[in-house]
Amino acid sequence: MTALSGEMLVAGKGTGTILRVDHALSFWGGVDPKTARITDPRHPRHNECLTGRVVALAELRGSSSSSAVLLELIHAKIAPAAILLRDTDAILALGALVAREMGYGDLAMLKMSRDDFALLVEGRHAHVEGPRVVLD
Amino acid sequence: MDLSPDERRIAEGAEGPAKAMSMRLVAETGRLLGAPRLLTVASAHVDGCLYHGDSGTHFAERLAADRGRVAVPTTLNVGALDMLHPDRVKGDAHHREMAGRMMRAYEQLGCRPTWTCAPYQAGHRPALGTDVAWGESNAVAFCNSVLGARTNRYGDFLDIACALVGRAPDYGLHRKENRRATVIVDTSGLSPALRDADVFYPVLGTWLGAVIGSEIAAITGLPPGQNEDRLKALGAAAASAGAVGLFHVVGSTPEAPTLAAATQGGTARTIRLTPEMIRAARDRLSTASEGAIDCIALGSPHFSEGEMSELRRLAAGRRFRMPVYVCTRRDLVEKSDLSDLEDAGAVIVADTCVVVTPILPDTGGTLMTNSGKFAHYGPANLGYDVVYGSLADCVETAVEGRLLRAEALWR
Repeated sequence: MTALSGEMLVAGKGTGTILRVDHALSFWGGVDPKTARITDPRHPRHNECLTGRVVALAELRGSSSSSAVLLELIHAKIAPAAILLRDTDAILALGALVAREMGYGDLAMLKMSRDDFALLVEGRHAHVEGPRVVLD
Repeated sequence: MDLSPDERRIAEGAEGPAKAMSMRLVAETGRLLGAPRLLTVASAHVDGCLYHGDSGTHFAERLAADRGRVAVPTTLNVGALDMLHPDRVKGDAHHREMAGRMMRAYEQLGCRPTWTCAPYQAGHRPALGTDVAWGESNAVAFCNSVLGARTNRYGDFLDIACALVGRAPDYGLHRKENRRATVIVDTSGLSPALRDADVFYPVLGTWLGAVIGSEIAAITGLPPGQNEDRLKALGAAAASAGAVGLFHVVGSTPEAPTLAAATQGGTARTIRLTPEMIRAARDRLSTASEGAIDCIALGSPHFSEGEMSELRRLAAGRRFRMPVYVCTRRDLVEKSDLSDLEDAGAVIVADTCVVVTPILPDTGGTLMTNSGKFAHYGPANLGYDVVYGSLADCVETAVEGRLLRAEALWR
């Protein structure tokens, strides 16, 4: 068991297996808001489903509508269990902040240090609560 | 994060629940970005009015029901309906209803119904150095780079929240010191003919977005006084391939009369572009290189008057053998006579565009475009293969009914 701690962008808790996304991803135009799958055929994780996963996201890119796609995933109850970022992304965080304001629920979003981010390997089980990430 | 007494009062509900929620969103975003305070903005451009799902409609309707009203002049980006040509959009009844409700809610909030991703060509042009809150990645890149007004990349919902309270977090590109170029992109190793061709600019943008991302580049070696449509195409491609919010083109953009001005006298590393790098970026924009072309998609960002004239000049009265979708601003449609282009087979789309809204036949196929942004998002959003080419390539392909692409420039 490994315990890590990150900077809390949006408070929440969630448990799931890690889906590691190293290649830059745009939620808008890259993730289907109806299925939570990565739809960009040029993306190495094409067709992976984000629902219930602890998504370790190295880099966001592109659209400023990514917040809307994340809000829709939360509203439709097909959101990731938690999102762990390597860099703060205000656009994505906003989707989770609006979800909280609208009463749709809390999605944990943390910014991890580079060293800790490297420990987030594909398929490992992770429990996220507040600023803490516990890897089994 | 220090809120002023007035801002705190608003966040606690003194001016109603819509402003309170907006202030909390603006302040909370400021906190997570490490902004010390909020600043006053002069205008806003809202991208949140495009329907992605019911949650966005509920959010806008909540603000409208709570009697929210924008505090600064605010334009609207595209919606998911073409209200000038209601039959164009193929979405089901639920999509049409929710998209329409969302668009009406944003109008109720006092936003101008411009419905364009090129608000800067529809009269919304904040002055050099003005702080504004804009959303939509191409509009942000243009606002910062070409107008020299100052905005961060405001995501959906934060854009309207900033508009309602007239404030934005004081961080990032609002600060002069953060607008400095830290990387010089030298294009002088490319042929002069390529550097002076419209088709080069989306490719340069694609390279910039993919390689430079959110760093700020000063591009050198381009002919000075580049026209706005080329800079718009460059920025749109850059902002879809990467998180580009600001770039400088030395001799063309207002914060870069000289290289030293662009770097604010600081140090910057240099990347020399080679023809191979640019060819690779061009090739990334296409997912097909041969076979039948089913349609042409133009106008991302929305076509300007100048681009419409160029299309007319290249078509030269000939008929298209496939649909040529031309996405543009409603104010341009309302004040121009486009009947000659429509007679030739152009399908004019206003208020929205073919990559964000189901307009193309859902059979799949291959589309050709001169837009780096369409090329970027077409495959994932539409399930179409894409061939990237110049506007002239697109017109010749449409007229001849088979793929024609001029290769000489790229060799």
